[in-house]
Amino acid sequence: MISTPDLSHLRTADYDQVYEPAEDTFILLDALEEDAEGLKAIKPSVCLEIGSGSGCVTSFIGNILGPSVLYLCTDINPYACKCTRWTGIQNKVDINVVNGSLATPFGFRLVRQIDIIVFNPPYVPTSEEEAFGAQISRDIGGAWAGGSDGMQVTNILLNQIEALLSPSGRFYLVALKQNNVPNIIQTMQEAYRLKGEVVLQRRAGREHLFIIRFVRNLS
Amino acid sequence: MVRLITHNLLACHAKDCNTNNFPLAFKDAQLEIREAEFNPEFLKGFLPKIEWTALVDTARQLGDTSLPLEQPEMLDDEFLKNLHHVLLEIHVEEGSMTCPNCGHVYPISNGIPNMLLAEHEIG
Ligand SMILES: C[S@@+](CC[C@H](N)C(=O)[O-])C[C@H]1O[C@@H](n2cnc3c(N)ncnc32)[C@H](O)[C@@H]1O
Ligand SMILES: [Zn+2]
Repeated sequence: MISTPDLSHLRTADYDQVYEPAEDTFILLDALEEDAEGLKAIKPSVCLEIGSGSGCVTSFIGNILGPSVLYLCTDINPYACKCTRWTGIQNKVDINVVNGSLATPFGFRLVRQIDIIVFNPPYVPTSEEEAFGAQISRDIGGAWAGGSDGMQVTNILLNQIEALLSPSGRFYLVALKQNNVPNIIQTMQEAYRLKGEVVLQRRAGREHLFIIRFVRNLS
Repeated sequence: MVRLITHNLLACHAKDCNTNNFPLAFKDAQLEIREAEFNPEFLKGFLPKIEWTALVDTARQLGDTSLPLEQPEMLDDEFLKNLHHVLLEIHVEEGSMTCPNCGHVYPISNGIPNMLLAEHEIG
């Protein structure tokens, strides 16, 4: 059992400004824990979490993989960046946080060099205006507002994954049934020859959540 | 904490800025030195990903001249300790980073670099 990161330094008031870990976070942690041996086997040296929020997920990966990995996080919400930093310190995981969108700050330097990419995106279907506004205001609304099909933000990243992933790299994505999981998998296969597989799914209240893992198709 | 390991991976991504957009130049950098655990395995594994000249130049600008201009073939302990210090123990807490090509300024505050662009600057 890998222990869930200590978040006792974050208070209710913090969660007014940053996404509080919820069922989507926990199913992601469970999928990563189930894959722990596989993740160690690829001998990762760089791990990037996009939209790290509280910092819970990268701290958890840090507990699995230890200090020989460079942990990078981005979030558009500056307060999330602070929380990620604090959570890293609290859990003794050395996290390097950048206030930025998706993987853009690293896109030039880390071409096909990232071994683990993780994204629990804003996946809730909303109006396009709401999603667009949330991306601009960079506040807590950006934690869920996903535009039509909930895929407005995720789709941008999906088009960049192939260029970022190392040869043995893995990409973990949280998705909702309404995001159309079969369609995401098929598109990634056809456009980028990345093989996607649902490694875990769960119903939590009204949400039917999926964890999709993508790897390069080496056939 | 913008450490030099992170700085070595950041490039300008403003619209139409895709050559000579790295490394970003520190300005008004306020440094803090914080000890980190020495991990030679990590350093050796990470070395191939480093842009060496950018790292050495940046370290020199910040006043650290311990790294050789050419990356050595023999990775002895003294070299690895210097590399460890430069990559992982020098933190830029405040200041900014400027793109050598387009001049875009990326601020750093409380140790967190702001790499966000305004909507019209995104390529
Ligand atoms: C559903 S929350 C997940 C937070 C955390 N990873 C977790 O699992 O609990 C989504 C996060 O993505 C961030 N986000 C939204 N759009 C983003 C973008 N374009 N680039 C980076 N982060 C983004 C939000 O600020 C929020 O912190
Ligand atoms: Zn530039």
